[in-house]
This record gives sequence, structure tokens and C-alpha cells, in this order.
Amino acid sequence: MPNYTLNVNGQSMSVNVDADTPLLWVLRDELDLVGTKFGCGIAQCGACTVHIDGQATRSCQLLVSNLDGQKITTIEGLSENGDHPLQEAWKEVDVPQCGYCQAGQIMTAASFLNNNPNPSNEEIREAMQGNICRCASYNRIEKAVAIAAKKVS
Amino acid sequence: MRTEQNTFTVSRRNFLRTSALAGGGMLIGFNLFTACKKEATLPKEVIDFSSLNFNDFNAFIKISDEGYVTIFAPNPEIGQGVKTSMPMIIAEELDVPWDHVVVAQADYNKKEYTRQVAGGSQSIRQGWDALRQTGATTKQMLINAAAAKWGVDASTCKASNGVITNANGDTFGYGEVTKEAAALEVPENVALKDPKDYKIIGTDAINVDMDKIVTGKPLFGLDYKKEGMVYASILRPPAFGQKLKSFDATAAKAVNGVIDVIQFGDKADSVKDQIKGFMRVTDKVAVIANSTWAAMKGKKALNAQWEEEKLESTEDHDKELLKILDGKKFDVRREDGNVKKAFAEADKIIERTYESPFLPHNCLEPMNFYADVNGEKVHLVGPIQTPQWSAGYIAKMLDRPEEDVHIEMTRMGGGFGRRLYGDFIVEAAEISSTINKPVQVVFSREDDMGAGTYRMAIKYRIAASIKDGEITGYHLKEAAVNSNMYGLIPHFFPAGCIANYKVETGNYQSNITTGAWRAPYTNFLAFAEQSFFDELAEELGKDAVQLRIDLLQNVKGTQDENIQYSGQRMEDTIRLCAEKGNWGKAPEGVYQGFCAYYSHNTHVAELAEVELKDGQPVVKKVVAAVDCGIVVNPTGAINQVQGGVLDGIGHAMYGDLTFTNGNPSARNFDNYRLIRMQETPQVEVHFVENGLSPTGLGEPGLPPAGGAIANAIKAATGQRLYKQPFVKYLNQELKEVKG
Ligand code: FES
Ligand code: FES
Repeated sequence: MPNYTLNVNGQSMSVNVDADTPLLWVLRDELDLVGTKFGCGIAQCGACTVHIDGQATRSCQLLVSNLDGQKITTIEGLSENGDHPLQEAWKEVDVPQCGYCQAGQIMTAASFLNNNPNPSNEEIREAMQGNICRCASYNRIEKAVAIAAKKVS
Repeated sequence: MRTEQNTFTVSRRNFLRTSALAGGGMLIGFNLFTACKKEATLPKEVIDFSSLNFNDFNAFIKISDEGYVTIFAPNPEIGQGVKTSMPMIIAEELDVPWDHVVVAQADYNKKEYTRQVAGGSQSIRQGWDALRQTGATTKQMLINAAAAKWGVDASTCKASNGVITNANGDTFGYGEVTKEAAALEVPENVALKDPKDYKIIGTDAINVDMDKIVTGKPLFGLDYKKEGMVYASILRPPAFGQKLKSFDATAAKAVNGVIDVIQFGDKADSVKDQIKGFMRVTDKVAVIANSTWAAMKGKKALNAQWEEEKLESTEDHDKELLKILDGKKFDVRREDGNVKKAFAEADKIIERTYESPFLPHNCLEPMNFYADVNGEKVHLVGPIQTPQWSAGYIAKMLDRPEEDVHIEMTRMGGGFGRRLYGDFIVEAAEISSTINKPVQVVFSREDDMGAGTYRMAIKYRIAASIKDGEITGYHLKEAAVNSNMYGLIPHFFPAGCIANYKVETGNYQSNITTGAWRAPYTNFLAFAEQSFFDELAEELGKDAVQLRIDLLQNVKGTQDENIQYSGQRMEDTIRLCAEKGNWGKAPEGVYQGFCAYYSHNTHVAELAEVELKDGQPVVKKVVAAVDCGIVVNPTGAINQVQGGVLDGIGHAMYGDLTFTNGNPSARNFDNYRLIRMQETPQVEVHFVENGLSPTGLGEPGLPPAGGAIANAIKAATGQRLYKQPFVKYLNQELKEVKG
């Protein structure tokens, strides 16, 4: 199996996997970074969202062989002490129900706020449209992103 | 939790037992379900302490030397918040600061626990008394121990915030007297707190797993790993009604990382009586690999032939269910007065038919389980709502004593009823026992949606007789796939409100597996019934809220034990909702719909506001009023209600699974629509304050949502909706209206 060197959360990591392995499964099975979740495998739910060079990307559709030295950030590496403004806002608003979708929600929101630190409510709703929360904690996700935006700006 | 049991103390009532821990601190074991039952099943007089062990207990509290309290939450967490709210109740009566409390999920082991099920929104309701008793009794033991140490009368001592104080102002922390307390007799009839003195109950406690959730720590079933573990992906018949004929694994075995391909299902089949109806036991093929991806890839490479038995389609179901409604073969589930006579004498009869599709559960974490079946033990880890059932079944299947089976429960990425059914845990156990390796079975989304235990398709026909401007009779018929409404549902509103009343059910047996789905039956019945009442109000020229309140007067003071909803509590809930939601005072361009429904012991009313955007109705806001008694954890409670309302709206609007020749119409989210953020209204939640015992919240917020938006959509567009999902039928009707 070919060898790939990945830059994950600021660390260089080496894995032996098939070229067609999605990043999602490299993270979960090979690197034990299980914070990135499997929900659909076809880029429909957002549970597997990570950052590639800072941009929110669905890791279930990104093949390991298509990564070329890009910086990969997962929920585990979003902040050093779990205190990213979004993580803080998530605690403040008590967002999660089952919690399964939340890492993906936070990663989507983090990259969105980087690109748009001062969003309107409509922009937040649009940006989060791609992430399913089966428990429907949407009201609180919306609120927490708005609170985090205030903290960021 | 396996600890040295060097001192034993058992109360005569026997719901609680204590033990000093060898390493310091004390352990309190109690039985949640025995303690809250009217008659204890355990012996009344217990003399021989050594004959008792901790087997009879299903929950534990550990108090360390430092005064820190660990509460082992006995109920599986599926997102409904009991892992936070149940320990809050204990901590309240024990009187310890909430930040000194650690909550751990208890494992299932026949030796240590009795009943553990998360379902039916019953956890809090059943645990309320037991949890309070346990906390209060433990606190009294600590006080008694401190008093003995000081040599003073216990009645002169007080305990608060984890500290015991005597009349002189001397203090002991709880941790300083655990050893002595563990050796004391368990006091009886300990007084509980007055609710007005609550310090923890009624305050916001955030999800106890919050830090792990927002930082991505391992928590869920799929996150579990063990040295030497392999992965399994299972090929099942693509259509219901198919069976495996043959398969060729050559290509699958050639996939990098694939270890083996096995056919299995015989062991489960040998004891299948218990799983009839919800699990397909036709022989299946598992691809075993050293990674999830390789297992999934291997499965795709399998070449299988299927043989057909009976393939069903939605058209067949529609036909069969309508035939039942048109026919005469029903089970009468409740009958009051003389419906026939009321209908014969009526000025007018209104009759409507309501239809719903199948629904998959779609827990965001697909079904999965870890199993390690070896000579010594059967170790199972993952998300399951019914560990006790699974343990028993697997023991039987593997022909092992139940004591060998140990289930560790992880946090669950959603339940919604799906994880009541243990098909995946049985599969994991069978595969592990066949390959003699620890294995994690992982469903792909396609497996999860395609091999479900779906909410069954149901049709209701409701008729009412009207005479002299009053509703004199009510007749509801249910035709459902596989199974019918259960328990007290036939006795819900309007039973007791209308003198001539009848509920009948009939079913059609299908080979499509079905089961409980969040708020079983009522998830659709509430919409049907409450839309019907909206139409009745229109017919009678009455205000929709007033009609419900008027009817509820008739049930007040009922002596009928089957009627457990309360006319008064429902009325109060309706009034609160109407007031907070400004019923009847909508501004121009805003259309309101109302719905009230009691289920799972909780009374709920919801008012939806719809606006028109380019001629299409958009749900903008929902105001919910909820009577769930004392609200233990408001932030968690609001979260549950908001989620339930949005889930109810999402499935009423979009949820749709049909079958063509046994094949489900969707297997992934590209062709199955779930509600997403831009479709969500804001949900405002209000609670009725009445100081009564708490009831569940995981389900009751959902049923009224469909009715509330259907009624609001009617107000906005003039269209009555009779079928779900609304989007499918709404477009057509609106198009007709627009001409
Ligand atoms: S798992 Fe990648 S989007 Fe759903
Ligand atoms: S919290 Fe359960 S899926 Fe979002």
C-alpha cells in the first residue's frame, strides 16, 4: 500500500493506505482521530467536516491521494484547550442533544466565521444548511454561531 | 464498580445498600425500579446480609474521601438528557454542589443491574421518587455518622452543600464520614425536601458530556476501538422479500485489507421467535477487513444473487389499508355510548381519511456494535437502548449463561426508537463468535436506511356526528402495517369528552420490518386527530381553541382509570399556549394553527405561525406550552421540546419512504429529505408551573407539531392536508388553487 504523509493539526503523520481511501477513514481508523464523524459517506450531511487549508471540506469525499501537503485541521485541533469562540458559545448555549453532528457543525461554522466574521442571521442559516442535525438542535446552533461571531469580531 | 464488600447494611425496605470501599469512600447501590414500584419484589424482611449482593441494584453512587460524588447513570443516553437530569435529582436531595458531581454511564451486566431501557419518555417519571429517596437517605446516613462521631443527637445536625454542621458549628465534609456511614443502618422514611428549597432542580445544567462533544473525544459506539479488532460490513438482501441464493466473493477477497468473507445468520435464525417482525434473519454475508473502508469496499465488490419470495410495493399497502378501512374487520379498542345511534340521528356527519408513509429513523450515527465473543466472556460495546433484551437474546443464541454477557453502553448518536431493536448487536455477536475475533459491525448509511425497523405506514379514518351544533359521536379507525396503537392511546383525547366514542384498529401483515419510532403512533395520529378538530371547529363556527377547551370540560372528574390525561392540565396548557402565542391576534400576513396533544404523560399545546413566500407557506415560528410537572433541568428540557417540534415539522413536511417491489425509495440523504436549518422556525417554549411530579420530554413535543403546521397552512393557503409528507401533496393542491 502506498505511503502518505499528512499534515494533521500541525503535526506530520504518515499512513499506509490505498489511494482511494477517503480522508474520513484515514483520520478515524488509522490516526485514531474519531472526532470527525461518519454520517452518510456521500457529502450530504456534514458530520465529517474538517478544514483543508482553513476551508470547510467533507472528508468523506476527499481521497487521501488528492491531498498534497495541505493543512488538515480536525475538531481535535480546532483549539488547543477546547476554547475556540465557537466551542465556548456551544457550551454557553448548551447546544448538543445526542451530540453526534456537533463536531461537523462547529467545523463548518468555524471556517464560515473566518470568511465572514460579521454574518447576518440569514447568512448563518445559509452557511449551516449543509449540516444535518437529526436531533434538530438547529435553533441553538444558529444562536451559538451568532454569539461566537460577536466574540470573534 | 466491582469493589470489596467488607461491610453490609441493608434497610428493611431494602431499596438501598451501602458498602465501604477498600480504597476509601463509600458506595451506595439502589434499585431505581424496585424502589419506585408500589410493591417491592425483593423480600420484605432481610436478615442474612451475606445472602444479598449488589445484583439487585441498577444504579450506584460513590462518595470519595474528598467528598466528590460519582453517580453511575443507569439509563442509556440517546440525546434526551437523562444522563444529566437523573443525577441532578440525586444531587439535590443529597445536597452536594453540582460541580462536585461526576456522572458516569453504568454498564449493563446481569450481575449488577436489573432493568435498563431508554424509551417511552419514562426515565424521569419512573425515577423521580426513587432518585429523591436515595439522595435523601444517603444524606441522612452521612448526618447520622457525623453525629455519632461527635457524640451528639443527629437531629441537632444539618447538612448542606456537602458539609455537615452541628449545633456548635463544628463541621465534617461528606468525605470525612463515609467509612462510618457505610457501616450504619439505612434509615427509613427520611423526609424529602420541600420543592421551594431546591437548589439544583430547576436550574440549568449543561450536557454532562459537553466538553467531550465539542472537542471530538471518543464517546460514541463508532469511536470504540480495541487492540486486534477487525471491521465487518454486512450485505443484506436489497429488497424486503428477497433471500440470498448464492454469492461469489472472489472480487471482494481481492480488495486490499479484506481478511475474510463469511455467510452467517444461522445462529440468530435458530432462536428467531424473539426477533420476529423487526429483524431479517435470512442468511447474510459479512465482509471482514482490517479497516472500515476496506470492509465497505469489499462489500461493494461482492457478487450476490437473490431469490424472490413476496415483493411488496406502496401501491399494495395503500390498497390493503384502504380495504381495511372500508371493511368490517376491526378490533374494538374502546367504545363508549352508542356511536351507531349517534351517527344515525346526526344532522351532519363529517368523515376524513389521513394517510402516512413509512419513515426510517435515520439516527445520524449509523447502527454499529462491537463484539468480542471468546471462551471466557461475551463483551459487547456500543449504542443500545435495550441492553437487557440483547444480553438475554445473545446468551440464548450463543448458548452461554447470561452472566457471561457484559454490555458496555456508549453515548448514542440518536435513538428515536431504532436502538430499541438489537439486530445489529446480535449480528456483531454472531460474527465475532464465527470468526473468533473482536469485531465492530458498521452499517453504512445505505445499510441503515435500507434495513430499518421503520415507522409503519398508517391510515386513519375519523368520523364525527353533529347534532344541534354539538359533536355527539366520534369514530376513529386505524389501519396500519404490521401492528396497531398500544397501551392507553385509544383512551387519549377525545375519549371521555364525547359521549359516543369508538376506536377500532386493523392491520395488514407485511414482510417489511417495522417498529417504534419517536412517539409511536401518536407521531402521526396527533396530526390526523387535531386537523380533524380544526375542521370540526370550522364546521361548527367555533374558535378552534375554544372548541377544545369546551370539550375538555366533559372529562374533568372522570373516574375512568384508562383516561390518564387531565382535562384541567390540558386546559391550562392550551390557555398558556394561546396566551403566549397571541392566539387570534396574528398580524396581517401571519397565519396561525393550533394543536394540543397529550402523550407519554405530558400535556403539550403548540401554536404555529405560517407566512406565504411566493405563494408557498413557510413556517416562521412555533410557540409551545408544556406541562411536564417540575422541570428538572430547564435548558435540557427546552432543548428536548425544540428538537421534538422541529423533528415533528421536518417529518410531517418531508419524511417519505415508499417501496417498489420491496425496494425502499431512499437509502441515503441524497434522496431522503430531512429538515435543515433554513427550513426551521424559531421555537419558543413555555412550561406550566404546577409543582407536580416530573414527566418525560423526549417524545411529547413531537406529535402536536404536524397538526399545528397543517392547521396554520390551511389558514394561510386554504388547503387542508390529509397526507404526509406535506410537500408532496401541498404543491399539487396549491398549483390547483393558482389555476
Ligand atoms: S459523512 Fe461526509 S458529509 Fe456525511
Ligand atoms: S445533536 Fe444529534 S444529530 Fe445533532
